[in-house]
Amino acid sequence: MKKMTGEIKKDRGMLEIDEAECKGCGLCIEACPPKVIAMGERLNRYGYRTAIYAGAGCTGCGICFMACPEPGAITVLRLSSPGGVAAARTLGGATRCASN
Amino acid sequence: MSSSPVADYTVVHAKSRSFYDRYERKTELQHQTHFCPGCGHGIVHKMIAAAIDELGVQDRTILVGPVGCSVFTYYYFDVGNVQAAHGRAPAVATAVSRSLPGSVVISYQGDGDLCAIGSAEILHAANRGENIAVIFVNNAIYSMTGGQAAPTTLLGQKSTTTPLGRKAATEGYPLHVSELLATLQAPVYIERVGLGDNKQIAQTARAIRRALENQARGLGFSLVEVLSPCPTIWEMSPVEAQHWVRETMEKTFPLGVFRDQTKERLAAPKPEPAPSPALDELPRILGVADADLPEGNAHALDAGQTIDLQVRIAGFGGQGVLLLGEVLAEAGLDAGLEVSWLPSYGPEMRSGTSNCHVRLAREAIDSPLVSAPNVLVAMNEPSLRKFDQSVRRGGWVIFDGEEFPADCRREGVHVLALPFTELANGTGDKRAANMVMLGAVLELAGVLPEASIAAALRRLIRNPRWVELDERAIVLGRQLFQRALA
Repeated sequence: MKKMTGEIKKDRGMLEIDEAECKGCGLCIEACPPKVIAMGERLNRYGYRTAIYAGAGCTGCGICFMACPEPGAITVLRLSSPGGVAAARTLGGATRCASN
Repeated sequence: MSSSPVADYTVVHAKSRSFYDRYERKTELQHQTHFCPGCGHGIVHKMIAAAIDELGVQDRTILVGPVGCSVFTYYYFDVGNVQAAHGRAPAVATAVSRSLPGSVVISYQGDGDLCAIGSAEILHAANRGENIAVIFVNNAIYSMTGGQAAPTTLLGQKSTTTPLGRKAATEGYPLHVSELLATLQAPVYIERVGLGDNKQIAQTARAIRRALENQARGLGFSLVEVLSPCPTIWEMSPVEAQHWVRETMEKTFPLGVFRDQTKERLAAPKPEPAPSPALDELPRILGVADADLPEGNAHALDAGQTIDLQVRIAGFGGQGVLLLGEVLAEAGLDAGLEVSWLPSYGPEMRSGTSNCHVRLAREAIDSPLVSAPNVLVAMNEPSLRKFDQSVRRGGWVIFDGEEFPADCRREGVHVLALPFTELANGTGDKRAANMVMLGAVLELAGVLPEASIAAALRRLIRNPRWVELDERAIVLGRQLFQRALA
């Protein structure tokens, strides 16, 4: 993902989608609360359309990660802050918190 | 796990450390799972891996994989892996858990595996309260085999084997495994969860974590049933399938905690099972004193002599057919020979037919079956008629009867027909007929040292009074054989 420069306020979260691992099931699109994931038009090398991040609006909640059936197709990032906000909202107690 | 490409951001959710980086499966497809798009297995896999990561138990986790779509757990999880036969994962997990105390043992099973062919295994593992965590993925259908009805298939649900929809009248009702197992005393924690929406998914993650945590603490048996979508076989889009879990499946399989004894077990942990006895304690526990162990009279045998004794012993149950064979084999063992003893009998304890195969040889024995004996011991006429044709030329038939039936006589086969049972009366007990016949066999074989026979009798017959009787009976048998030759 490219860094969102030029914005005054950064998003709390950010998404990376591994195009080669995504099978285009669309469960992340359904799950995403702020609806910032969409289905891309391009096919990956296995012939799947893949999920794409809109590029803005991610809250870093991690729900798309939990709903995604592939182990590493989605990586969720959170904005680091001095107060350690990154761990503020986790899902189900089964998510991993930021290590720093 | 890669670090963020953007300095201000930190990775919070990424591929679990408990998964392999690459999956050693088909060369082209080492970067993704074999599951269909939208399959619930992938989600459950991720939750298990996340729980293993969080609990820090990767190095002591052993995952038992099932048969079904999720058969390939060993491609994905970087933990100990065992792949069980269909339905038998709880039995395998039992063995793993008991032989490696302190390990975190997970039995991962689908509904076809767990509640059809494996219904006995799961029931008894739960009833024993084995220290295992069972993750039961229920998608109400056999998916890998192409969509046949499972015990969990919903009423009215179409499958290849219920093309008009499942009917209670012919296929019974959907099996409620969680409710069923919750009636047992031993399980610690049983919960049914679903993958129908975000809330359910979050609850599933919590439940799986709890099951693994219970397992890591050694609390006993936990089972999490996960209602899971199968878009391919259900013929729905992944999102439709997810909705179907919530809107349809959940009506038949209500979510909830069916058993939770976690607090009670934490307060009063399961007593540690007594450690297994050491190997050298076994003779004492089994009542086999050291004096009874093989004495090894191998030196008494002439090393140059070829020994290939193939004996078939047949009679009615209760005549001592099997014991006769056992004494022969045990004596051979004591004499340092290769031996085999194979009993063959019906379910009756008395009066059914019974026979056994005994082989004694100096070389390794290829098969314990004696299909062409060189000695047949027939303790009654039906047994004689059953096996007499199988005796090889130059062999012997020892028959308990006054007269040998003329039509059973064959050229080149020696016969010793005597009323052994009546003659055994001479020893004081006609039940010793089998030992009289054994005496004849020993005399004609002429290879086993007497010390080996005495040792075998002492080992197999506990009561000294019977040992003494049997020794006399064997002597009588030897004499009868010698007299017959004279």
